[in-house]
Amino acid sequence: MLYGLVLAGGHSRRMHRDKALLQYAGHTQLQRALELLASRVSLSFVSVRADQRTDATRANHALIVDLTPELGPIGGIQAALHAHPQCAWLVLACDLPFLSAATLDHLLARRDPQRLATAYRSSHDGLPEPLCAIFEPACRAPIDQWIAAGKRCPREMLAASDALLLEPLESQALENVNTPEQYASALGQLQPAASRRLRVRYFALLREQAGRADEELASAARTPLELYEELRERRGLGLAPEALRVAINDEFGDWRTHLSEGDTVAFLPPVAGG
Amino acid sequence: MDEPPLFSLHETALEPQQLRARLQQRACGGFVAFEGWVRDHNEGQRVLRLEYEAFAPLAVREGHRILNEARERFGVQHLLCAHRVGALGIGDIAVWVGVSAAHRGECFEACRYIIDEVKHRVPIWKKEHYESGDSGWVNCEHCAAAPQRREVEQRAGHSHDHDHDHDHSHSHV
Repeated sequence: MLYGLVLAGGHSRRMHRDKALLQYAGHTQLQRALELLASRVSLSFVSVRADQRTDATRANHALIVDLTPELGPIGGIQAALHAHPQCAWLVLACDLPFLSAATLDHLLARRDPQRLATAYRSSHDGLPEPLCAIFEPACRAPIDQWIAAGKRCPREMLAASDALLLEPLESQALENVNTPEQYASALGQLQPAASRRLRVRYFALLREQAGRADEELASAARTPLELYEELRERRGLGLAPEALRVAINDEFGDWRTHLSEGDTVAFLPPVAGG
Repeated sequence: MDEPPLFSLHETALEPQQLRARLQQRACGGFVAFEGWVRDHNEGQRVLRLEYEAFAPLAVREGHRILNEARERFGVQHLLCAHRVGALGIGDIAVWVGVSAAHRGECFEACRYIIDEVKHRVPIWKKEHYESGDSGWVNCEHCAAAPQRREVEQRAGHSHDHDHDHDHSHSHV
């Protein structure tokens, strides 16, 4: 039997607000993690600290409360293994906005129940990623011993154990979000790329290279710089943006201005009047 | 009646007499004009003809800004700049700048300022057609071949003929 566990018992100290409640596209992280688990496990639980038991966000889910306070993630995993000793656990942190169904399915497909755990290697340092991993029932004793020995770090615990480690399927999938800056950046990246209707004008050498004086197109580019990079290859534009100026709606503009629906963007090669 | 624009683009030959007439004022004791002509050579190549291309709305707007700057800076009242677009032959007038004022000093200064700024700032491009059969967009071909070369040349004090200097005022990304 495979159960799911969302780790939502952290203090979110660096974020200054509850990470489980951060929203992406109208869904909280906690909801997203539970949705990802729903079709992949028999039952899902939320791992919490004792003082979070009545917390409004968490109270209406099946909870597993830490046995020992302040152990961090490994305490939540330990509590789950004790609550249902016959079960394996698909464990997810609640701060993984880039986690995809594909990465979870790959983990499940490669799982080896004969090993203590199945996890991905970090795309940063090659160490195990314990916060999107499957812990087999046999993990219980080694985790108890690890904690009894005064150790906390679940990465080191997996690294020292007989865990099956998989190469990352998607490099960004397990990047977590700990600070307001990281949250803002993740939001920007996850925003569905809104496509805008834009008109592009080419002049002089660029007009000849593009084979046209103008065109209308739909683009997800947010700035003239992104638009130029998008068109550079498609239109065989031979000038680097550093050599150009840009105009937006018939006035000189900035390469990093946010584009709006219906804007006309003109790329201006080095001028040579007179 | 609307004043004719201070900066204008023309698809046909410029007529200096008409332009000059617009600057003749009773209060003016000095008049300076600059004419830029199409030359038969550039950077060692025989030039047969030229094409000028402009981003018209922005060229007129930027040209107008330059003339207003000159007016404020040098205290001159009457100024004009007319620029050709399209196909030009050797000897044709490519650009005409004229300034009239009470005294000559500010006329010279304003005229020089206008032509220098127009060359660097107004979105107009020049394509040269050479005797060899080649052609090229002035100031662009270097960038395309080696984006850094321009800066290296400038630092090394490489001097270009004024009409073809490479000191563009581009905003870098």
